[in-house]
Amino acid sequence: MKLSTLLFQFFQNGLVLLLAPLLLGWVNQCRAWLQNRSGAGLLQPYRMLFKLFHKDAVLADNASVLFRSTPYILFSCMWLAASLVPMVATDLPLSAAVDVIALVGILALARVFIALAAMDIGTAFGSLGARREMLVSFLAEPALLMVFFTAASISASTSLVTIVETIAHRGFFIYPSLAFAGIAFLMVLLAENARIPVDNPSTHLELTMIHEAMILEYSARHLALIEWASSLKLLVYMSIGFALFLPFGITEAGNWAALPLSLAALFAKLAVAGFGLALLETLSAKQRVFRVPEYLGTAFLLAVLAILIHYLLGA
Amino acid sequence: MAVIEHLPIAQQLLNLFAALLLLIAFAMLSQRRILSLINLFALQGFILTLSIADSAWLTHQNHLYYSAALTLLIKVIILPWLLHRLIRQLNIEWDVETLINIPTTMLIGIVLVVFAFNLALPISELSGTILRHTLGIATASVLLSFMMMITRRKAVPQVIGFLAMENGLFFAATSATYGMPMVVELGIALDVLVGMFIFGIFFFQIRETFDSLEIRHMEKLKED
Amino acid sequence: MTDFLNSLLLIDIAGAATLAWLAIGMLGLFAPRRMIASTLFPAGALVALLLAASCLWGLNSTPQIAVLPLGLPDLPFHLRLDVLSTFFLFLLGAAATGISLYSAGYFRAMGEQSGSKLNLLCLQYHVFLASMAWVLLADDAYFFMVAWETMALSSYFLVTTDHEIPEIRRAGFLYLLIAHVGAIGILLSFGVMQGGHGDYTFATMRAGHLDPLWANAAFLLALFGFGAKAGLLPMHAWLPEAHPAAPSPVSALMSGIMLKTAIYGILRVTFDLLDDRLWWWGALMLVLGLLTALFGVLFAAVQSDIKRLLAYSSIENIGIIVSGIGLSVLLNAYGENAVAALALTATLYHTLNHAFFKGLLFMGTGSVLHATTERNMAKLGGLIHHMPWVAMTALVGTLAIAGLPPFNGFVSEWLMLQAYLLAPTLPEPYLNMMLPLGAAALALAAALAAYAMVKFYGIVFLGRPRRQNQEQTQIHDAGIWERLGLVWMAAGCVLLGLFPVNVILQLDHVTQLLVGNDLGNSAARTGWLWLTPVAPERASYSPLLLFMMMLGGIALTFLIVRKFYHGRLRMGAAWDCGYPLQTPRMQDSADGFGQPIKQIFEQFFGLSREVPSPFDPHPHYQSEVTDPLWKIFYRPIARSAEFISRSVGMLQQGRISMYLLYSFVTLIALLALVI
Repeated sequence: MKLSTLLFQFFQNGLVLLLAPLLLGWVNQCRAWLQNRSGAGLLQPYRMLFKLFHKDAVLADNASVLFRSTPYILFSCMWLAASLVPMVATDLPLSAAVDVIALVGILALARVFIALAAMDIGTAFGSLGARREMLVSFLAEPALLMVFFTAASISASTSLVTIVETIAHRGFFIYPSLAFAGIAFLMVLLAENARIPVDNPSTHLELTMIHEAMILEYSARHLALIEWASSLKLLVYMSIGFALFLPFGITEAGNWAALPLSLAALFAKLAVAGFGLALLETLSAKQRVFRVPEYLGTAFLLAVLAILIHYLLGA
Repeated sequence: MAVIEHLPIAQQLLNLFAALLLLIAFAMLSQRRILSLINLFALQGFILTLSIADSAWLTHQNHLYYSAALTLLIKVIILPWLLHRLIRQLNIEWDVETLINIPTTMLIGIVLVVFAFNLALPISELSGTILRHTLGIATASVLLSFMMMITRRKAVPQVIGFLAMENGLFFAATSATYGMPMVVELGIALDVLVGMFIFGIFFFQIRETFDSLEIRHMEKLKED
Repeated sequence: MTDFLNSLLLIDIAGAATLAWLAIGMLGLFAPRRMIASTLFPAGALVALLLAASCLWGLNSTPQIAVLPLGLPDLPFHLRLDVLSTFFLFLLGAAATGISLYSAGYFRAMGEQSGSKLNLLCLQYHVFLASMAWVLLADDAYFFMVAWETMALSSYFLVTTDHEIPEIRRAGFLYLLIAHVGAIGILLSFGVMQGGHGDYTFATMRAGHLDPLWANAAFLLALFGFGAKAGLLPMHAWLPEAHPAAPSPVSALMSGIMLKTAIYGILRVTFDLLDDRLWWWGALMLVLGLLTALFGVLFAAVQSDIKRLLAYSSIENIGIIVSGIGLSVLLNAYGENAVAALALTATLYHTLNHAFFKGLLFMGTGSVLHATTERNMAKLGGLIHHMPWVAMTALVGTLAIAGLPPFNGFVSEWLMLQAYLLAPTLPEPYLNMMLPLGAAALALAAALAAYAMVKFYGIVFLGRPRRQNQEQTQIHDAGIWERLGLVWMAAGCVLLGLFPVNVILQLDHVTQLLVGNDLGNSAARTGWLWLTPVAPERASYSPLLLFMMMLGGIALTFLIVRKFYHGRLRMGAAWDCGYPLQTPRMQDSADGFGQPIKQIFEQFFGLSREVPSPFDPHPHYQSEVTDPLWKIFYRPIARSAEFISRSVGMLQQGRISMYLLYSFVTLIALLALVI
C-alpha cells in the first residue's frame, strides 16, 4: 500500500464528512426554489449540526446502553460506507475489505441498530417507526442486492472497484439490464433515504413518519450524529448510483494530478442528481404507507427482471 | 454471464428499446388509473416506432421505415386520441380501478417472463435476424399484456391490454422475420382501427344496459 | 505414556466421549438431586469440550474404522470416522459444551423440587448427546437406525418433561409420529441402497452402483426421511410444536444439533453412499429448501410466542442449508466442482453458524422464561435493564442470525451469494434462470429474517414492560453457569464471524472429500485476513478489518465529540412528541409488529380473525395464524389413515365363527396355490 493511496483514503474520509451536509443543503435549496420559496441557504445543515452539538443531551430515564451507543454506531457505519464507495478514486485500500454485499450488510447493520434503538424507549412512535422501517427494508434490501447482482454479473466481480473499472473502461455501452437495475436502484434510493414518495423528510405528522419517528427521542449531539449519518447515507447511495451507472471521471487512487478533474466530475454529478432528486420529490406525492410494499415490491421485481434480461441478452 | 461482444450502437439501442418495451408492459400491469394506461400505451407505441426505425437503419430494409411511419401514425397518434375521446365521452376519465393483489400479479408476471425467455431461446437460434435475442422479450410482453387483460375488471383497460398485446406481437414479428409483408401490415392496421370504433360503440351499449363498465355484469347474460 | 497418546485414534476419543456421557447419565439416575445440576452437567460439558477440541485437532486425518462386538450376529456395529463425521462431531461438541454449561444453571431450580424429574432428565439428556454422536459415527445401517431411534426416543422423553400439560403431550406425540415416519423413509432408503447384496454396511453401499431408478428411489426416500427430521416442508409440522414444549436447553440441543444430524444424513447419502448425483436432485433440494426458508421466515415474523418464533426461524435456516446442498449437488452433477465446493463450504459454514446462534437464542429465551415465567411476547418488554448479560448475548445472537457483518451469519450468507453469482452457465436454460431467482429468494429470506429478529429482540428486551403488575424487582439475571454457556456461544458467533479464512481452511477437508475440490488455495491466497473465494478482484471481504474500522470510527467520533464539544447529559421523561399520557400498552405488541407481514402475505397464512362489531359493549379482537399445511396436507392424510384403519377394522367381527372362517379361507387358498 503506497503512501499516496493511503493519503487518498484519508482525503476521501474527510471529504465525505464535509460534503454530505452540503449535499443535503443543496437538495433542500432546490426543493425550496421549485416550491417558490427562498430556502434556508446551502449551509443550513452545517448550522444545524453546530447548534445541535452545543446543546445538552436529554435522555429518557429508561434509555439503555443500546440507545446511547446507537448514534455512534450508526455514524461510524455510514462514515465507513462513504469511505469505501469509489467517488473520486477507485482502488482505495479500504475497498478491498468490503465488497458490495458487505456494503449492503453494513447499511443493514446501521438500520437494525436504529430500529432497535427506536424500540428502546418504549413509546408508540418508536415502535411505529421501527416497524415501518423494517417494512421498507425487507423489500428494499433484496432489491438493492439484486441491483448489485446485475452489476456484478456484468463485470464478473462483486468488488465495487472492479465493477467501476469494468463499466467505465468498456466505453459507452448501453446495458439494458442496467437500465432496469437503474430504475430499481432509484426507487430503492428514494425509499431508503426517506424521500417522497415513501417518507417525507421534513414531516412531523405521525401518519407519515418513518425515519423521523425512529429518532424522536434523540437530542443534541446524538441527534447531530444521526442527522449527519442520514446525509452521509444519501451521499453513499448517490455515489453508488454514479459508480454503477455513470462511472466516468473516477480516477485511480494515488493519481493526484487527476484529482481536480474527478472532484469536478463528482460535484457536477452530485449537483445534477441533487436537483433531480428535488424535482422528483416536488412532482410526486407521498404514498400511503401500505402502498409502500407494492412500490418496493415493484423495485425488487424490476431488479430480478434486470438479471433475467442480463441472462437473456448477455448485456 | 456471457462475455459481452462489442456491438454497434444501433444494436445496443435495439436491446435497450426491447427492454423498455418489457418495462412498459410491467408498468401497465400495475397501473390503476386509466389515463396513465393510455399514456403508457402511447409511449409503448413510440418506443416500438423507434425500434423499428432503428432496425430499418441497421439492416437497410427500407420497407421497415414505412412500418415505422404506420405505427407512429396509428399507435402513437390516432389510437390514443381515440381512446382519450372515448373515456371523456364515457365520463370515466379519472377512473381508478382496484386491482387484485399487485404483488401476486407481479410474481406471476416474473414466472411468465422466465417461461417466455426460455421458450424463445431455441426459436432464436433458427431465426436469421439481428434482433433474434429480443424475441424472448417480445413473447414476454405479449404474455404480460394477455395477463393484464385477464386481471382487469373494467372494459377499457381490457381493450388497452388487447392493443398492447398487438404491439408485442408486432415487435415479435419484426424481431423474428423483419416484419410482415406490407399488405398484411396495412390490413392489420385497418382492422385495429375499425375494431376501435366498434369497441367504442360497444362500450356505450354496455354502459346503457348495465349502467356500469365492469365486465362481471356481463355474466348476467348466462343462460340459467 | 506419549506412545499411548499418539496411538490414540480420534475414533477412540469419540467413542470414549459417548461412553462418558452414558456414564454421567447413569450417575444422574442415582445421584442426589441437589448435586446433579452443579456437577454432572458441567462434567458433560467438559466431555463435549474435549470431544470438540480433539475433533478440531484431528480434522484432516484419514478415515478410521472400528467394529464393536455388539449388534446382530452377522452385522456387528461398524463405526467409521471420516472428515464429514469429524466436522459434525466438532459441531456437536462445541454446541453441547455451551448448552450443558447453561443447563447446569437452568436445571438447578428443578433440583430443588421433589420427584425424580431431574434424575430422569439427566439420563435422557446425556443419552441424547451420546446417541447423536453414534449417529455421526455409524457405518452400517443397523447401528445407524439403532442410534437414530435412540435419539428420537430420548428427545421425545426430553420434550415431554413437563408431561402434566396436555399441549406438551400432544406436541410430543406429533414429534414422535413424524420422527418415526421419517425413520421408515430412512430405513427403506438403506434397504434400496444395499442393492440386493444383503450386506447393510455403508462400505458395501459406497462401493455398489445402483441403476438410475433405484438411485432416484434411494435419494427420494432419504430426502423424505431426513427431511422429516430436519423440518423440511411439508414434514415440518412437529418443529413449531415440539421446540416450545421442550425445556429451553433441550430446544437448543434439538435446534442446534439434532437438526444437523439430519443434514449430516442427507450429505452422507447424497455425496458418499450414492456414487453419482443427478442434476434434478439438486434442483429439487434447491427449490424445496428455498420454499421452506420463505415459509419459515414468514411464519416467524407473525408469531407472538418467543419459542415458536425461534422454531420457525430454525425451519428457515434448515431451508437455507438444504438449498445450499441442492445448489452444490446441481453444480456437482454438471462437473463444476470448484463452485460446488464454494456452495458446500457456504452450507457447512451456515450449519455451524446456526448451531451457535440458534443455541444462543434458545438459551436466552430460557433465561427470560425462567425470570418472567412468560412465553408470550405481549407480556414481556424492558428486560435489558434487569438482565444485562442475557440481553447482551442475545443481541449478539440476534445480529448474527439476521446476517449482519461482522458476525458469523453474514459470512455464510456472503459465501452462498458468491456461489450463486459465480455459478457458470448451465446447459439447461430453465436451470440457468433458476439461479438468479434462487439468489433473489435467499436475499428476501435474509431480509425477512432481520425483520423477525428485530421484532424478537425489540419486543422482548427493549421498551417498557408490557405487563403492568409485573414485579420488576424480582426479575433476576442469569446465574453464573448460564452466563458461561451464553458467553461461550456468543464468543463462537463472534470468532466464526471474524476469522472466516481459518474456518474455511478447516472446512476444506470436508469439501475435498465430498466434491473433490476445495477453496483453500484461493481463499487464503492473500493471507488469513482476507476472504477471497476465487480471486481478490472478483470478491474479497475482511471482517476483522471491517470490525476494527468500525470500532475505530466509533472511538474516534466519541473522543472528538467529547473533546470539541461536551458530554453533558440530563435524564428526563420520554418526549414522545409531547403526548402526556403514555402507557406501556401503547407500544407495539408482537402481533402489532408483525401486522404488515400478515397483511401483505395474507393468502399464505391460515388466518382466522374475530373482529368486534361497532355495537359491542366489550369489544374483543382476536386473530390467529395457523399453518395452512395442516388443512391442505396433514388433515387429509390423517383422515385417509383413519379411513383405512377403520376399513381394516371391519375384519374384527367379534364372532368366533368369523375368525375360524378366516383361517379356513387362508388354508384353502394356500392349498390351491401349492397345488
